[in-house]
Amino acid sequence: MASNEEILTGLAEIVEEVAGIDTADVSTEKSFVDDLDIDSLSMVEIAVQAEDKFGVKIPDDQLAELKTVGDAVDYIAKNQ
Amino acid sequence: MTAFRLPATTPGARLLGLGSTQPANVVTNDDLAKTMDTSDQWIRDRVGIQSRRVVGDGTLLVEMAAEAGERALKDSGLELSEIDTVIFASCTMPSPIPNGAAQTADRIGISAPAAFDLNAACAGFSYGVGTAAGLIRSGSARHVLVIGAEKLSDWIDWTDRSTAIIFADGAGAAVLGPAPDEASVGVGPVAWGSAGDLAPTIFIKPENNALFQEGQSVFRWATTKIAPVALRAIELAGLTPADIDVFVPHQANLRIVEAIAKKLRKSGAREDMRVADDIILSGNTSSASIPLALDHMRADGRVASGDTVLLVGFGAGLSYAGQVITFP
Ligand SMILES: CC(C)(COP(=O)(O)OP(=O)(O)OC[C@H]1O[C@@H](n2cnc3c(N)ncnc32)[C@H](O)[C@@H]1OP(=O)(O)O)[C@@H](O)C(=O)NCCC(=O)NCCS
Repeated sequence: MASNEEILTGLAEIVEEVAGIDTADVSTEKSFVDDLDIDSLSMVEIAVQAEDKFGVKIPDDQLAELKTVGDAVDYIAKNQ
Repeated sequence: MTAFRLPATTPGARLLGLGSTQPANVVTNDDLAKTMDTSDQWIRDRVGIQSRRVVGDGTLLVEMAAEAGERALKDSGLELSEIDTVIFASCTMPSPIPNGAAQTADRIGISAPAAFDLNAACAGFSYGVGTAAGLIRSGSARHVLVIGAEKLSDWIDWTDRSTAIIFADGAGAAVLGPAPDEASVGVGPVAWGSAGDLAPTIFIKPENNALFQEGQSVFRWATTKIAPVALRAIELAGLTPADIDVFVPHQANLRIVEAIAKKLRKSGAREDMRVADDIILSGNTSSASIPLALDHMRADGRVASGDTVLLVGFGAGLSYAGQVITFP
């Protein structure tokens, strides 16, 4: 089981790979859409990679609820 | 038991000609933004389309199909009388019968061919090429005209911005025939399949006869499940990803095209592999998108005789099919 810190680091790497955003900018309080300028299709790509990396399922309807990086970290921590 | 006589088999099939047509009427993103809440920038960012062609003058689906078919035939140099089979791939016929293949053959002037429709939606052209190649190899057909033709504009709710911005009209066709020897076989084995459990993610709603899709589910499926199909087609042909000169996936959404190409490159495809981006000016034309893209890339000099070209179609059904061809 990955710790919240490890999940954040892993998620930041995925966000960098999909959306070209520096890992340092991916912090828990950031909103994917409003702060990081990530659109809904890039979110799908991030979710797919997060599923592989952390062994979780992130269905489309759940994905829509994950507004901030922190929401995503919590969701993964709870469901891994 | 009586033993049947069967036709002589052939080494395999190859492409002999290609042709396409699009409506003259250009619809830009700004045109759409006049009638629905969308913008040029949003459409470019999310789907990559700048403009599309939509029938504006009542042209019939079978008229577009016949025009594309005639062009492919002319390109092949064959006589009309040499075509014995016509496969019409489409998901937008105005009614289930009569089929499109026989009418289209008649319009072209092909006399009494075997003629049938094939509905595998956006995978239709690759399904058609796979079917044609099998018929040719088995000796059941000699020269096959495969047409992918769509008039999606008849099946779109033009107030629904989740579909109206994507889909468009057009037709493309290829002529296939037997290769004289094994070294000149130009159509690899087909890698095909379906995922009927996901049928509800793209369908035409009977209430309003309009296409509905769950955009993000389709996006997720296409960006995860199609690269493996493409790699399987390469493997079946006895090739490696680095052998592919040109990649022509169904033009669903430019983001999907780029995501699949990225995966192929991670699996060894070359950086200089040319990737079809015909959706930018043609929109998503379902079964017509692969032959339209190929024909346009030929006109631009981006695909040339002898190139190893990977095709992969995918869409409603859900269904998918891919194969490697040698460009004639
Ligand atoms: C259809 C598709 C373009 C929709 O994009 P999406 O990002 O999933 O769209 P969503 O419905 O989640 O909407 C995202 C945002 O854009 C807005 N939006 C949706 N459609 C819009 C449009 N046409 N113009 C402008 N804004 C639009 C929404 O209001 C939403 O904004 P909000 O978050 O502020 O509410 C996209 O899902 C897609 O292309 N999927 C693949 C479909 C495909 O390829 N089909 C063919 C298969 S053969």
